[in-house]
Amino acid sequence: MTIQEKFNGDNTRPASLLKSGLTLNDHRNLILKRTEETGFYNGLEQLEFKENDPIGYERIFSKLRAGLVNSREVAKKIAASPIVEQEGELCFTLYNAAGDCIATSTGIIIHVGTMGAAIKYMIQNNWEANPGINPGDMFTNNDCQIGNVHPCDIATIVPVFHEGTLIGWVGGVTHVIDVGAVGPGSMSNGQVQRFGDGVQITCRKTGVNDTPLRDWLHESQRNVRTPKYWILDEKTRIAGCHMIRDLVEETVREEGLEAYEKFATEVIEDGRRGLVSRIKAMTIPGKIKTVAFVDVPYAHEDVAVPSPFAKVDTIMHAPCEITIKPDASWRLDFEGCSRWGWHTYNANPVAFTSGIWVMMTQSLVPTERINDGARYATEFRLPKGTWTNPDDRRTAHADAWHFLVSSWSSLWRGVSRTYFGRGYLEEVNAGNSNPCNWLQGGGINQEGEIHAVNSFETAACGTGACAVKDGLNHAAAIWNPEGDMGDIEIWELAEPLLYMGRTIKTNTGGYGKYRGGLGFETLRMVWGSADWTMFFMGNGYMNSDWGMMGGYPAATGYRFEAHNTGLLERIQEGKSLPLGKDRDPSECELEKHLSDDALVKRDKQCITTEAIFENGDLYLNYLRGGPGFGDPLERDIAGVENDLNQNFVLPEFAEKIYGVVISQDKDNTWCIDAQKTQARRAAIRKERIARGTPTRQWMETERQRILDKEASVQVQQMFASSFYLSASFLNEFKAFWDLPDSWELLEESLGTPMFGAKHHMDLSELPDVHPVIMTEQ
Amino acid sequence: MSNFTKKQVADLVKGSLDWDTLHMMLSMPKDKERYANYMSVLQDQVSWDDKIIMAFGPHLFLAETSADKSLVTKCSCGHDFGDYRTNWKLNALVYVRDDEEKMSQVYPTLMAPDTSWQVYREYYCPSCGVMHDIEAPTPWYPVIHDFQPDIPALFDWLDLPVPVNA
Repeated sequence: MTIQEKFNGDNTRPASLLKSGLTLNDHRNLILKRTEETGFYNGLEQLEFKENDPIGYERIFSKLRAGLVNSREVAKKIAASPIVEQEGELCFTLYNAAGDCIATSTGIIIHVGTMGAAIKYMIQNNWEANPGINPGDMFTNNDCQIGNVHPCDIATIVPVFHEGTLIGWVGGVTHVIDVGAVGPGSMSNGQVQRFGDGVQITCRKTGVNDTPLRDWLHESQRNVRTPKYWILDEKTRIAGCHMIRDLVEETVREEGLEAYEKFATEVIEDGRRGLVSRIKAMTIPGKIKTVAFVDVPYAHEDVAVPSPFAKVDTIMHAPCEITIKPDASWRLDFEGCSRWGWHTYNANPVAFTSGIWVMMTQSLVPTERINDGARYATEFRLPKGTWTNPDDRRTAHADAWHFLVSSWSSLWRGVSRTYFGRGYLEEVNAGNSNPCNWLQGGGINQEGEIHAVNSFETAACGTGACAVKDGLNHAAAIWNPEGDMGDIEIWELAEPLLYMGRTIKTNTGGYGKYRGGLGFETLRMVWGSADWTMFFMGNGYMNSDWGMMGGYPAATGYRFEAHNTGLLERIQEGKSLPLGKDRDPSECELEKHLSDDALVKRDKQCITTEAIFENGDLYLNYLRGGPGFGDPLERDIAGVENDLNQNFVLPEFAEKIYGVVISQDKDNTWCIDAQKTQARRAAIRKERIARGTPTRQWMETERQRILDKEASVQVQQMFASSFYLSASFLNEFKAFWDLPDSWELLEESLGTPMFGAKHHMDLSELPDVHPVIMTEQ
Repeated sequence: MSNFTKKQVADLVKGSLDWDTLHMMLSMPKDKERYANYMSVLQDQVSWDDKIIMAFGPHLFLAETSADKSLVTKCSCGHDFGDYRTNWKLNALVYVRDDEEKMSQVYPTLMAPDTSWQVYREYYCPSCGVMHDIEAPTPWYPVIHDFQPDIPALFDWLDLPVPVNA
């Protein structure tokens, strides 16, 4: 059971909104108390309604769930933003009066928790006294310190009343294109603090009597670069929320208030039991250890940030110990994580704990019945001061997904070990296909308007390998169950960027008996803009997925941009053009079709800030692949042959990694000699034995490197940051490497700025602010 | 709940199961009998007699020895990595890709990690050379003990007698 901090509220007591006469805060605290004492949500040892009237119970669920999905589908047609309308980056969720989720629509269901956290914040901070909660009100929230993932996820929250009594809440969220951050685009770089991260709205009352307030409409539109998209997104959210509110009112009329309220509590306990039952049916109890990393290369000259203390290379560290208990509940402990940083990748605990359900709905709980029950069956521990639970109110979060998705990749690997161990091979997923890159930028677009873009092609980044089949190529996204790359024609309408090509990215799937899904690449030429900037946002020096049980991680990223290309002249002259395929980066194929004096940046620096792009300049948007599963020497040779002939793998690496002996016939079709391949694979196994070192022997040399402090500054900074926050991680490290008691590694010794390491100020230190805490920290 | 035959589970392990059955496995509640069928299929694949009770990987098993009922981690080739409570990687061979040349054997130019940030550790069986796992951590990172199963709790879930040395 997740530990909940209870706050007793301030002294102002307006007339109760509940038929019980309790304040909302007392009502919520009572539920938490009963849950903590009994282990069942709200003390519900028996599901009376479900057991006595299963048809009635399911009728309400089906009606609400169908209504939520329907409202999402209808409302998204209002939006003009391709992120919402094409990629489906929206979600609607229904809550009970305490702010616990009953049911949700399809879509970005991470917001089951984030909007719930906003409702709980209003409850805990006595919104019912001031500004008041009335029928017809609308509240807007995107504050990351309350629990939002990043500022671009704007939530509209509407209370639902029945005959003057509050019976629940509806929340709707859309991912908007721009929130007026320092960097253009919804998940931008450049800013390093909240104060440049775009407009942040803290559960503000933005509408009364079902009408948005005029001051809100005026203020919000002028605070963002893309007001047309903004206002249509707002209408999308309001329309969806009101459709669902109507649905609840109709359900209460048909089924009765008592039945509805019983359902709104029992369904959460039902969800809790559902997760426990599934854990017991699919996994293996025990301890799983796993870890993920992300490179944050901010020392590079192409990363321009306003604060000198942010100009450092660092590494995000996310170790996790998953404990599956004999009672089939589970605990995820992130002891040892590195500190938050001066970048936009920090995450709030709710973003973390709510986000993992986006993934788990695709294996552990593949059901429509996603609600807060799963959270009540899960213990999370996210230590304070880490990147996923910052202890400073200045942190920026615009691209929290960058760290979140990367850290979740290791959870896939960890949980999949238990599926594999029991024989449920069909559920194994070696990890996320890392969603990077995020093409973003802004300026004056082809319509002559101020604009910002975030290409959501990444929502089709593909998947890691399974234990029985290859990962999905350039399709779907585990972090967004309805992912799609979007139509080229729609993106070209929304962005001053023509497609020179969109094609599969060779050699990106992690090798393995089953290989990871392949990423894809799109080459965009700036066209029709007046003033335009773009930047890169992805992994380059490291990757965050690992491969599983002998499979390799996917390839890492690189950057390609070209300026002064001469392309506009080449088009007029009918000369050859770069058409998007950068098959082998060492061959520099794209440069062969540019002017001799083109300025090309082709390197590993995959995070940059705004750079000027003129019309005719090029930007390669390369989406990474997914990790592989199993020893690549066991890959079926027909699979390798297909990979070669489909351009999925370069011949050199088919030979080296898959150990195949290949030749091309007259029409350039690759063929594999099975007999020679068998001999070659046997030889490679012998080569492995010859080049391998007994692990304990290798550990002696690595130990000496540690004693000599022989590692890059960024690696040492990562360890020093984790050691400072976690004595147990330090002790485990020292014990593993058998280091002397006197050994230490202090960040102070590295010569890099340490702003925020020792001196910080938490949100809770603000007057009259009572954060909602739903995890151990 | 669906039940699947040993042949279907064997096909699943081989990667040759037809899509309709695989889809059924994905979409239906899990079959509790899978464990017994899976263990039986794995046992048929090895030439040794120790009883497989869990799979740590396609070629890496937790086995109960016929000699003294001790629980060990074993390679499909028969190589014994020792007590299952000890991290098997410590008794494996490791090859560390920690420079550009070694990484270039695996990825094209610009598509490998920079080894001043991240290295690859490939763990091989000392007897047969199969690659059981690859770690991709920073330099200095302790070898990770991926999974420590709670065998008594699992066998309780499965309604099976607990191995004597668990």
